[in-house]
This record gives sequence, structure tokens and C-alpha cells, in this order.
Amino acid sequence: MAEYKWPEPEKRSLIGKRISRVDGPAKVSGKAKYTYDIKRPDMLYGKVLRSPHAHAKIVSIDTSAAEKMPGVKAVKVIQEPGTEIKWAGDEIVAVAAVDEPTAEDAIRAIKVTYEKLPHLVVEEDLSAAGDNAKPAAEQTAGEPEKAFGEAEVIVEGFYGLPVITHCCLESHGSISEWEGDQNLLVHISTQAVSNVANQIGRPLGIPAANVRVKQDHIGGGFGSKFQVDRWDVTAAQLSKMAGGKPVKIMLERDAELMVAGIRPSAYARVKVGAKRDGEIIAWQSESWNTGGSGGGGSPPLPYVFSVPNKHTQHTGIATNTGSARAWRAPNHPQGCLVTMSALEDTAARLEMDPLDFFLKNIELAGRFAEVYREEFAIAADLMEWKKNWHQRGAKTAGPVKRGLGLSLHTWGGGGHGSNCDVIIHPDGSVEVKMGTQDLGTGTRTAIMMVAAETFGLPLEAIKLMIGDNQFPTSGASGGSTTIGGVSASTRRGTLDALEQLFEKVAPSLNVQPADLEAVAGRIRVKSDPRRGLSWKEACMKIGGTAITTRGRNPGPGTLNSSGVGGVQMADVSVDVETGIVRVNKVVAVQDCGLIIDLKTAESQVYGALIMGVCYALYEERIMDARTGRMLNPNMEFYKLAGLGDIGELVVHMMTGKAYDERGVIGLGEPPVISPGAAISNAVANAVGVRVPSLPLTPDRVLAALQYPDREGGSSKNGGNDAGI
Amino acid sequence: MIKIKPMAEDKKQKAHIRFVLNGETVEVAFAPHKTLLEVLREDLNLTGTKHGCELGECGTCAVLVDGLPILSCLALGLDMEGREVTTIEGMAEGGCLHPLQVTFADLGAAQCGYCSPGFLLTAKELLERNPAPTRDEIREALSGNLCRCTGYIKIYEAVELAAARMRGEEAEPAREIIHGYE
Ligand code: FES
Ligand code: FES
Repeated sequence: MAEYKWPEPEKRSLIGKRISRVDGPAKVSGKAKYTYDIKRPDMLYGKVLRSPHAHAKIVSIDTSAAEKMPGVKAVKVIQEPGTEIKWAGDEIVAVAAVDEPTAEDAIRAIKVTYEKLPHLVVEEDLSAAGDNAKPAAEQTAGEPEKAFGEAEVIVEGFYGLPVITHCCLESHGSISEWEGDQNLLVHISTQAVSNVANQIGRPLGIPAANVRVKQDHIGGGFGSKFQVDRWDVTAAQLSKMAGGKPVKIMLERDAELMVAGIRPSAYARVKVGAKRDGEIIAWQSESWNTGGSGGGGSPPLPYVFSVPNKHTQHTGIATNTGSARAWRAPNHPQGCLVTMSALEDTAARLEMDPLDFFLKNIELAGRFAEVYREEFAIAADLMEWKKNWHQRGAKTAGPVKRGLGLSLHTWGGGGHGSNCDVIIHPDGSVEVKMGTQDLGTGTRTAIMMVAAETFGLPLEAIKLMIGDNQFPTSGASGGSTTIGGVSASTRRGTLDALEQLFEKVAPSLNVQPADLEAVAGRIRVKSDPRRGLSWKEACMKIGGTAITTRGRNPGPGTLNSSGVGGVQMADVSVDVETGIVRVNKVVAVQDCGLIIDLKTAESQVYGALIMGVCYALYEERIMDARTGRMLNPNMEFYKLAGLGDIGELVVHMMTGKAYDERGVIGLGEPPVISPGAAISNAVANAVGVRVPSLPLTPDRVLAALQYPDREGGSSKNGGNDAGI
Repeated sequence: MIKIKPMAEDKKQKAHIRFVLNGETVEVAFAPHKTLLEVLREDLNLTGTKHGCELGECGTCAVLVDGLPILSCLALGLDMEGREVTTIEGMAEGGCLHPLQVTFADLGAAQCGYCSPGFLLTAKELLERNPAPTRDEIREALSGNLCRCTGYIKIYEAVELAAARMRGEEAEPAREIIHGYE
């Protein structure tokens, strides 16, 4: 049996190098096809009528006028009269028509009456949540009361961050069409090609085996495209009603922002107890959040630092808003912001440099304490921390104050279940097939690199096929699980295939299979590299039937593992007259075990930092307490950072033996966890007061400066008007 | 001249226009209310121009009309009569990628790639009028384009590198700030 491990560093020809994305040329030339781009023969366009009310009961639905309209091919009631609607934007009726305007006209012709019910859409104020608040059990470790008694410094604070959305540039949706009444073809924008058939087959009453799923490229998911959505099932139903004609439903931008997933909010009152020398001894937090009408989990508190004596209590608030979905590193950015802000406030009270303060307590960070220590040393260098840091509140003249902040984070990122077929044809061509997807992270590139590395071939020699559920199943891309999964299954499958090839080739070279290696396009004898065959010649020994193997993860050997640490530092300038925050520089030092493609790994981190700047400074779902609707379901007022907002970004990936040995670990989530905390801490350091809630918009900054003791610090907090 | 002809099948009127698309004259008939974005994607099957918001907020639908970047979701197809439109499909010349396309692909400025066509065409126009833009000028030119993945830092570098190459300089990517491998 092959030995399943990664090649030694000196033997790697591709792994760990900076390799450009293999699909880059297709993307920059407009050839890459996204689900939104799919146009099928005779395709109909589906549109969805959505509830205008945040909480209501459907009384009646009249679709007769819509049904009679020319060009309308199917009308489907999604939720029947009598159903309770729990958020504005929920799907009520869908239609399919020959073109979009006709479908839109039909939607407008549908009459629905509702009985309005009281709603709650704003959760920043826990005391206003009433029965919608569902407190979880209190948790205690150690002896918090006693420890607070012994604490020499106690710091209390309020911290929060609002609900944000995923705002993928390509919205959610799919195109479904029937072949007969038992077979369905679905093109769908998804993070989980291999899971779609089962999820859509069940509600349609057909076997998953009869569903074919395809996706070449996806314009962003970030955790919001794991599931088959109700509108996807609806498109398939409309298609069936229309005689099997393809029906396309892609969400409009406002719908995507209202119903296609949110990151839960988090608010917390925190108390930290410490010794005068900086030792953290006690933690207490009362936190709350909303993940929409269902749950949203709860932020891990305190985050990373396991404070020996702690008392925590969390309350989930059900609100009449679209539901939560995984958003890059679910719950970690929230836990991180609350914890790192409270700890940095403690350091400030002690008049300690937070870097020294964090390092003093780093053993509380457990397994990655040593990693954090190494990373902080590098980050401090890159940020010139010791030279640039000052005590809280910049003493410089003029309205623009500069400050530094830091944070740290952790994530799992163990590889998901993954299968692939590897085929070596007698003519030397190589195929790898896997039911995975490339979210733009470089999954294609990584799989091809691993296969090419194993076979000693150039990248272009590998024909890779993904994005289709007829290939072996591979897990959903989320939670940073893809790279560990697909690299390991590919490595195992290609090693097995190579072993079979060695068996075919060995006799002709008068050696044992184990004496061979595949290097630089040749199969050669390890002890005498001049003896060997070219890859093509070697493959001619295969005979008539191609070598076919199945690579799997999990499997034998250690190719991947789970758990990483990362640290970040931010340098900001804040204009205390306008309240405008500018990020000057962010430094990210990140570990992710063995890196397959250094270039795509870096771009994951750059992307995460910018996404971090987005939620630290701009992003926020704003709900209207009175109407229960989202006030900014568009990209004009749901703000993302633009090219000019990002500052200098410095990314340092930890590499070397100790990191290599842990095998491949995912990277999508970790670097997006810390930016909010690091930037918030930098702002506090600059202006001398904590701006309690993200995003750090001018109004919040000015409010915090004016009323440093006001909880929340937000200039708007409408409260809820449940009567309307 | 714009002719609106009655259409036999469903009696809906279709507009009929002629314009230059990626260097070739095309004639196309479409429902007159359609935006240029819709005409390109639906009637001409050029889906490289992306649909992001249809409200002029994201920049993914940017194309060049008579050499200037416009948001195709806010332009009427009808207004294209006699004009010259360049989409991402027409950016490569003679099968050769434009220097910007090369650097965007190489540097990783395209991650999911959904925003890339809009950025590329907008940047192309910038480099045509300003062969050596500063970061501020790049920022200003590309400020209407959003990327969620996000490639911004690589987009800056890709534009600068392509600009240098188009000026005939032998440029390589700036040494990235990395202290790991290599
Ligand atoms: S689709 Fe035109 S600006 Fe967004
Ligand atoms: S690369 Fe995905 S939106 Fe820009």
C-alpha cells in the first residue's frame, strides 16, 4: 500500500509555491459561466411575491388575474392561507412567465390579504425583547464571585455588532428543468454541489439519484449557499407545472439582502477582573443576539482565553427577520469582538500595552499559545508596534488621531469528507473528477497542484472536472473544510494510481515498484535517476484499460488536521470632528498548517481583511422598527468597502516544519475573525474612548466621544413598536 | 434610426437597432424597454457582462460605450443605435488577452471573478487616457466597482503592473510582503 504523506519540502515542485488560479483566464475573459448566466432553451423566468409584513397571518390569496395573463405559464402558492409569516420578504406565491416583465406584472396582479401581528425586529435593547427573549442556562466555571473579590481592577463594558448579510455579488438562485416527470436537471449557485440532489429531491418526491446538479462558477457564497432554498424547490415545481420547461429564479438584490442569510448580531455586557500586574482572573458576561426567527447560536465567550473563573449567560432573541446562515466563521467574529474589546479595555485601565497584556495571559489561550507568541512577535515587527503604540487617547494636536489595536483568533478547518476518481489513461492523459466546487478560493488549482505534484507532471497535464454531482461526492465548501478534504482525497487517489502505474512499469526496468518515483515528467529509478521512462512511455505499459482509483478523505496517513491560530494588528486614523475612521494598515499573521498554494492562500487572507474592514466600518442591516422592514436592502445603503477604503494590508503566512507537520488546514474563516476587534481596539486607542458597537460609523464615533458612558453609544435606537 | 416593428407572435413591439459590438456591426431586435445589460446577456448571449444589482450600485455590469465606462444596467439598449460597445468578450485582441486581463488572472485579482469584467473594462479606459495612474487615480476610476471576495489589493497591483507593461517597461509583480517560503 502506498505511504500516504506529503512530499518532503525539498522534493516539492508545486506545493507551497505561488501558483496562479487555473481558471483566472476564463474569469477575466468573460468565458466563465455562473449560474446567473445560464440560459436554457425555452427558459421561463420565475418571480416571487414576498410578504410586506414582518409578522402576519395569510388570510387569502387570489391568483386568478395572474393566471389569466398572457405569457404566464405557471403560478404556485408557496404558503397557503392560514400560514403565519415570520419575516418581511418571506415567499408567498411564485410565477413563471415567458420573460421577466411578464412575471413581474403577474406578481403585481396577485392579491394577498394578511392579518397583521405584532413584530419585533430590533434587538440591541434586550429589555425591549419581552417574550421573544429566550435565555439559556447560566454557565459557571471556577469561582467567579470570589475571583472578582480578589481582583485589583474590575472593568465593565458594553460591546456589540449588528446583523450583517452575505451580499454575494452573484445572488442566490437556480434553473430547474424536468426530463419526463422523474428526472430533474438543476443549475444552481451552491456551496455544496454534492448535497443538492438529496435536498431538492425530497420535497419534490423524486429520488436523489434522478437529480443532476451542475455549477461551473459561483459569484460568492460566504456561508449563505449551503442549502437548497425554498425558491429553488419552487423553480422545480413551476417547471413541472409548465411541462418541464426550464424555470430560472435568481433573487433580486433586495431579496438577497432580506432573506438569503444573515450573520447573527451580538451584544454583551462584560465584566473583567484582573490583578494589577495584568493577570486576568475573572470574566462575567451577559450576552444576547438574534439570528432571525430561528436560533443563531451564541458567541463563544470569553473567546480563545479560557479565563479560570467565569460566569456567562446568553439570551437568544427571536426577531421577525430573515434567518441566520453560516457567515464566514460563524459566531467567532462576534465572540472575538466582545472579548478582545473587553480585554483591551482592561489593559487600558491598567495602562498596560495590550501586546504585553495579551502575552502575559497567553497561556490561557491553550493549545496555540506558542503559535500566538510567535505570530505576535512577527506582527509587532511588521506594525512597528513598540515604536508606534501609545497609551489610550492620542495626545497629538489636530483633529485626526491615530491609534493601534490588536486581536487574535482560532478556527478548526479540518478537511471534510471527499471522494475523487483518478484516471490515468494509456495515452498518458490524466483525469481527476470530484463533486466539489470552487468558490473562487482556488479549489480547482489546489486539486490540480496536488495531482500534478504526485505524478511529477506539469499542472496543465491534469484534466480536472468538478461542479457536477455525477462525479464522486465531496463535502460542502464551508467552515474552511474544503482544502483539507480535497487535497487529501486527491493525494490518496493519485498515490494509489501511481502505485498501480509503478507496478506496470517496474518489470520493464527490472526493479520493484517501490524503487520507482515520478519526477519531472518521468518514471525513474530512485537509486539511479537516469534509468526510467517518460510519463507517456510509462503509461503505454498500462495496457488497454485505464488505471482508475478512488481517493478518499478521511483515509490512512496524516495529510490534514484541524485547528489554527492567527493574530492581527490594525493602525487607524480617526477624525474626531467628523467621526470618520480610516484604516491605515492591517497586519495579519496566520497559520494554516501546510500550504498548498501560497498565492491563493494569501488572497484568502487579503479578502478576509477587506471583508473585516467592511463589517468593522460600514456593514449593517438596518431594520425599521415600525414597519418591520429592512431599510437598506440595496448596495447603495448596505455599505461595502470600496477600493479606496482598505489601507495597506500586510499578510504573513506562517510556514516551516512545525506548521507543515500538521498537514493541510483550512483558511477561509480564520482571518475574517479578528479585523473587527483589532480595528475597534485601534479606534479606542486613537480617540481615548470605546466606541461600543460596530460598525464604527461617524455617528457612533461622535456619540461615543460625546457620551462616553452611554451604553451602546448608538445615535439611533428606535426601539420596537409592536402595535403596528 | 430606430425602427420599432410590430412583432407577429405576441404583438409586442420590438426595437431594432444596429451598433458596433466588440468591433463588429450587429443588428438586434429586442423589447424596447430592455437595458443594455439585458440586451447583451439575453439577446446577444454575451454573459460576460455580469448582473449584480440592476440598480447602478455595484459596477459588475460596466461596459464601454464609445470608449467610456457606463453601467449597462442603467442604459437603455435603444440608446446604443450607431454607437460602439465593448464588453469583456471583446477585450482580448486577436486571441491575445489584454495586459490587464493577464495581470488580473496572474495576481489573483479575480477570485470568484464575478466583479472582474466590470473592473477590467473600467480600468482599460483609465489606462487609455492615463498610462501611468497613481493609486489615487486608480481609486477614483474604480470607485464605482465593488468586489466582495475581495481582490482590491490585487486589483491595484494588477492595474499598476499592466500599466507598466503597456508603457513598455519590463515589470514584474512588486515583491509581496511575505516572509515565508522563498
Ligand atoms: S448591475 Fe449594474 S451597477 Fe450593479
Ligand atoms: S472576485 Fe468575487 S466579487 Fe470580486
